Amino acid sequence: MDFSFSEEQTLLRNSVQGFLQDKYDFDTRRKIVATPEGWRRENWQQFAELGLLAAPFPEELGGFGGAIESMIVMEEFGRHLVVEPYVETVVLAGGFLREGGSAAQKEEHIPGIIGGETVWTFAYAEPQGRYNLADLKTTAKKDGDGYTINGYKCVVVAAPWADKLIVSARTAGEQRDADGVSLFIVDKSAAGVSTRDYPTVDGRRASEITFENVKVGADALIGEEGKALPLIEKITDEAIAALSAEAIGCMKELNTATVEYCKQRKQFGVPIGKFQVLQHRMVDMFMAHEQSVSMTYMVNLKLAEGDEERTKAAAGAKVQIGKAGRYVGQQAVQLHGGMGMTDELSVGHYFKRLTMIDTQFGNVDYQLKRYSQAA
Amino acid sequence: MDMSFSPDELAFRDEVREFIANNYPAELRKKTRGEMTKEEILTWHRILHKKGWVAPHWPVEYGGTGWGITQRYIWNEENARAETQPLLPFGLSMVGPVIYTFGNEEQKQRFLPRILSGDDWWCQGYSEPGSGSDLASLRTRAVREGDHYIVNGSKTWTTLAQYADWMFCLVRTDPDAKKQEGISFLLIDMNTPGITVRPIITMDGAHEVNEVFLEDVKVPAENLIGEENKGWTYAKFLLGNERSGIAGVARSKKAIERLREIARSELVDGRPLLDTEDFRGKISELEIDLSALEVTELRTLAAESKGQGPGPEASILKIKGTEVQQRITELTMEAVGNYAMVYAPRAEATGNEYVPGPEYASGRSQEYFNMRKTSIYGGSNEIQHEIIAKAVLGL
Repeated sequence: MDFSFSEEQTLLRNSVQGFLQDKYDFDTRRKIVATPEGWRRENWQQFAELGLLAAPFPEELGGFGGAIESMIVMEEFGRHLVVEPYVETVVLAGGFLREGGSAAQKEEHIPGIIGGETVWTFAYAEPQGRYNLADLKTTAKKDGDGYTINGYKCVVVAAPWADKLIVSARTAGEQRDADGVSLFIVDKSAAGVSTRDYPTVDGRRASEITFENVKVGADALIGEEGKALPLIEKITDEAIAALSAEAIGCMKELNTATVEYCKQRKQFGVPIGKFQVLQHRMVDMFMAHEQSVSMTYMVNLKLAEGDEERTKAAAGAKVQIGKAGRYVGQQAVQLHGGMGMTDELSVGHYFKRLTMIDTQFGNVDYQLKRYSQAA
Repeated sequence: MDMSFSPDELAFRDEVREFIANNYPAELRKKTRGEMTKEEILTWHRILHKKGWVAPHWPVEYGGTGWGITQRYIWNEENARAETQPLLPFGLSMVGPVIYTFGNEEQKQRFLPRILSGDDWWCQGYSEPGSGSDLASLRTRAVREGDHYIVNGSKTWTTLAQYADWMFCLVRTDPDAKKQEGISFLLIDMNTPGITVRPIITMDGAHEVNEVFLEDVKVPAENLIGEENKGWTYAKFLLGNERSGIAGVARSKKAIERLREIARSELVDGRPLLDTEDFRGKISELEIDLSALEVTELRTLAAESKGQGPGPEASILKIKGTEVQQRITELTMEAVGNYAMVYAPRAEATGNEYVPGPEYASGRSQEYFNMRKTSIYGGSNEIQHEIIAKAVLGL
């Protein structure tokens, strides 16, 4: 039993921290989010140079780590509210290619991800499907050697920045069947792909994407036709593990800021941190964070386990961070009073991000059900 | 004990329902306050003024309707049901009652008709950067010089001050007195030189609140309400009124109805979200909380009509009312699923922004973020707990 980090892992954390403290303070982040693009490609390049985009890949694919390295990067990203698409490009697309891609696909695409040249995202959600990954109206029909894709994907985070998409589509079966789901690599610039972009409440960008007779070759298929659902579940669980790490970074910052504020802010002649009711509140926030750290470690350590074990770990972690994120976020705003409501302070921004993390890949209700069914 | 309406009351309900249906402007129906111009915000106010119904809670001699509490309750209920724009409280519910209760004849004649007509837009100069929950620690200073006060200081969280003609303002007139005792209640013309209004953008992107800076602002002494250094009494009177209206029961009922409609449209595995046991259960729980609150409010109103209160019990309405409101927006955000992520432009909107998803989903998470303010403002919910602990439980 050992929960300590290796020397290399500590060095990785220090290098992410160093970069973000230098180049990603709250004011800089605000400026990045306010630009028309909404992100900074040069940051992405620097992440690549620091090796961060290689963090979750094994050595044979040009990387140096795995889930724990990714967790370290994401926790630090959470502390600085980084908007660049690490989860979408590295964890999701990188994960699909690593786990399900052919030798040729890995060779063709993973170096571009690690090198920071290509940005990817995963287009999976559809308006009727809510959080069910198999509820798909988007279809891919066999067409000569390749496929023709038709359908609509909603709230595709990071799509405005992406060069390439991984798209889930039905190649067989009924709308919600587990069987018959396939994954395809689609160029965002391919004929028939149209996007409408918009900002999200947590300072990112997303798109609605329509696929109209989009032709892809046989080499666009990831893994076996019609058998992609287990792979999608595995890799979205990896995304959940990464988001959990991001969430504990957000909570840590909120708790630090709140304790600091309550020590300084005076009302009725004393710092408000002297009031027992607020002390207990902050202790609850502290415990919510600690419990979330535990679940985050747990899920990241169990990603390689069998499906049932992994599902329970991921669903459990998502429930924990969903509830804790809501509590910590709401109370951090409450204890900061009116100041906590302002756009000027970072508190509201962490709160908004934590709220959206709960929505991404299934909220507390959805994951609770998933956990019960797996248990 | 009787909770049902009499035939007369039912006839009254039909009358006001019909009036609202025939007179509430169709073009305002789809707009939230954040999307309205100043004139649009005032439209309903002016229509009601013409009808004589703008201030049902005022004494008849000052322009009230003479309705009893049941009629007023029906009136609020019907407005919520029709989803009319809530009238701004700053003149009608806050400073108006202070003026007719503590003001002199001249002040009544000068200010009350213009509150009723909507010609004067009022804002509330209470909170300061250093004084939130501890309101009595306020530091804005007013010094008497001849027939004027010279006011210096700053106010914050001033709602819609960007449109205001007047501000009712708590100022310190005796810095040596105990903190509640040196405060006065001044009415300040917002056009006076030395006043600067700076917007505060909240995390949902809205421009609702402001900072107001006062630098050597010259205020005629005739704008003092009541006696100098007795302002805390008037301020507390106003806060008591503020709390009694804060439960928002009728509006919350309508909002739950909306939530149900959304949950009926949203699908989980092809079935309406409303039919899933867990979400249905959450809505039911919320409705039960609201039912309890509704009867608690009615009990408070009934006591009030017999001349008791609103006492410290009003704090229950503030706490429970805001908890219900916050929970409604939380569940509504949850209901819209992935589309909760979409940012619907507010402060800087040009009107051409693309907002995807069903219309009912637009802006739901922002509403949730915005409503976090309700447990902070009007005396934070922690302060309300203190009030009940001290004044009701005697702890």
